[in-house]
Amino acid sequence: MKKNTEQLELEFQEKIDNEIKIEPKDWMPDAYRKNLIRQISQHAHSEVIGMQPEGNWITRAPSLRAKKILLAKIQDEGGHGLYLYSAAETLGVSRDTFLQWLHQGKAKYSSIFNYPTLNWADMGAIGWLVDGAAIVNQVSLQKTSYGPYSRAMVRICKEESFHQRQGYEIMTKMARGTKEQKQMAQDALNRFWWPALMMFGPHDSDSAHSSQSLKWKIKRESNDTLRQRFIDKTVPQAELIGLTVPDPDLELQPNGSYKTGEINWDEFWNVVKGNGPCNKQRLAHHKKAHDEGRWVREACLAFAEH
Amino acid sequence: MKTKDNQGPLWEVFTQKKQGQPFRHSGSVHAYDKTLAIEAARDLFTRRNEGTGLWVVKSEFIIDVQPEEADSFFEPAKDKIYRHPTFYDMPDGVKNM
Ligand SMILES: [Fe+2]
Ligand SMILES: [Fe+2]
Repeated sequence: MKKNTEQLELEFQEKIDNEIKIEPKDWMPDAYRKNLIRQISQHAHSEVIGMQPEGNWITRAPSLRAKKILLAKIQDEGGHGLYLYSAAETLGVSRDTFLQWLHQGKAKYSSIFNYPTLNWADMGAIGWLVDGAAIVNQVSLQKTSYGPYSRAMVRICKEESFHQRQGYEIMTKMARGTKEQKQMAQDALNRFWWPALMMFGPHDSDSAHSSQSLKWKIKRESNDTLRQRFIDKTVPQAELIGLTVPDPDLELQPNGSYKTGEINWDEFWNVVKGNGPCNKQRLAHHKKAHDEGRWVREACLAFAEH
Repeated sequence: MKTKDNQGPLWEVFTQKKQGQPFRHSGSVHAYDKTLAIEAARDLFTRRNEGTGLWVVKSEFIIDVQPEEADSFFEPAKDKIYRHPTFYDMPDGVKNM
């Protein structure tokens, strides 16, 4: 007996409400599928594009130890991209199509990676703040309703913990180093603090996808909740190593939570729309690497068919 | 595989964490042949000593149960509670059972 859409939708929501994961071949509403395709592929692209700002410093890492750590960290990010592309592909879109959408500008990636990395302390700030913010988001997403996405998040979270620690270690060393080194660390914090807060997306009141995503448990917690969690974890970490969070309105409240100044949303939307400092460079570099790898893919394919 | 430029077929990856333990599904990789597939699987899923064993199999060879059929497919096991030890009445005081 064929069930009608209304019945299927009811059963679907019942599963979600009972914390039963949705698997690739299960029935799901078209909008759920579309929403996931958008979110997971955007997440995958972010991991891969995110390799560029850090890749910028591999050849100039200050020691062999630092270089090995940075290489391992960036390799992990590539792996995260692959887990997520695989999860997204289970929704019926091919890997090649995802790349095409990225190159055509139809798919987005996290705006944080459109900022340049100007000094070595930026490697510290990225690990500490950018991976730190990503971890808060990803820990929450481990409980997302789509099975393959959830499993990818569990794996990614296990790998992330060293990313934030290696970043904080760099910041600590520099903050405790010479006057110039401390200045570089403070400068990196100044430039990355606000973009890191923007990583959680618009305020709940302005977030286009949020309420449906929460109902379907694609997202488990709202943008503002996650952002506040990150702020409350991170401010004391800055203070511990003698750095100053660049927010004159920052204020510790009696409940132990920090009140912050308002985020510059004009900047946020400007970077989302493609006008950040490095948007063009990041995409052009990805395209170039993909194009220059074409002969390798073709050779492998010819060899496999032979 | 439609075009001449793609990522190759999909392979499912199974890893064994320690000798003697069962193999578990870890995820999937794209690769052009079995050598590249198992190397990609190693690089992706065992970078932190997470493997003493590794299997890859082309995804197209996996046979699974369709969700619509799952209920009836697994139905025969549902009414055989006598396969579980808790089904049986035991006299009070019996030991080592
Ligand atoms: Fe990552
Ligand atoms: Fe990371």
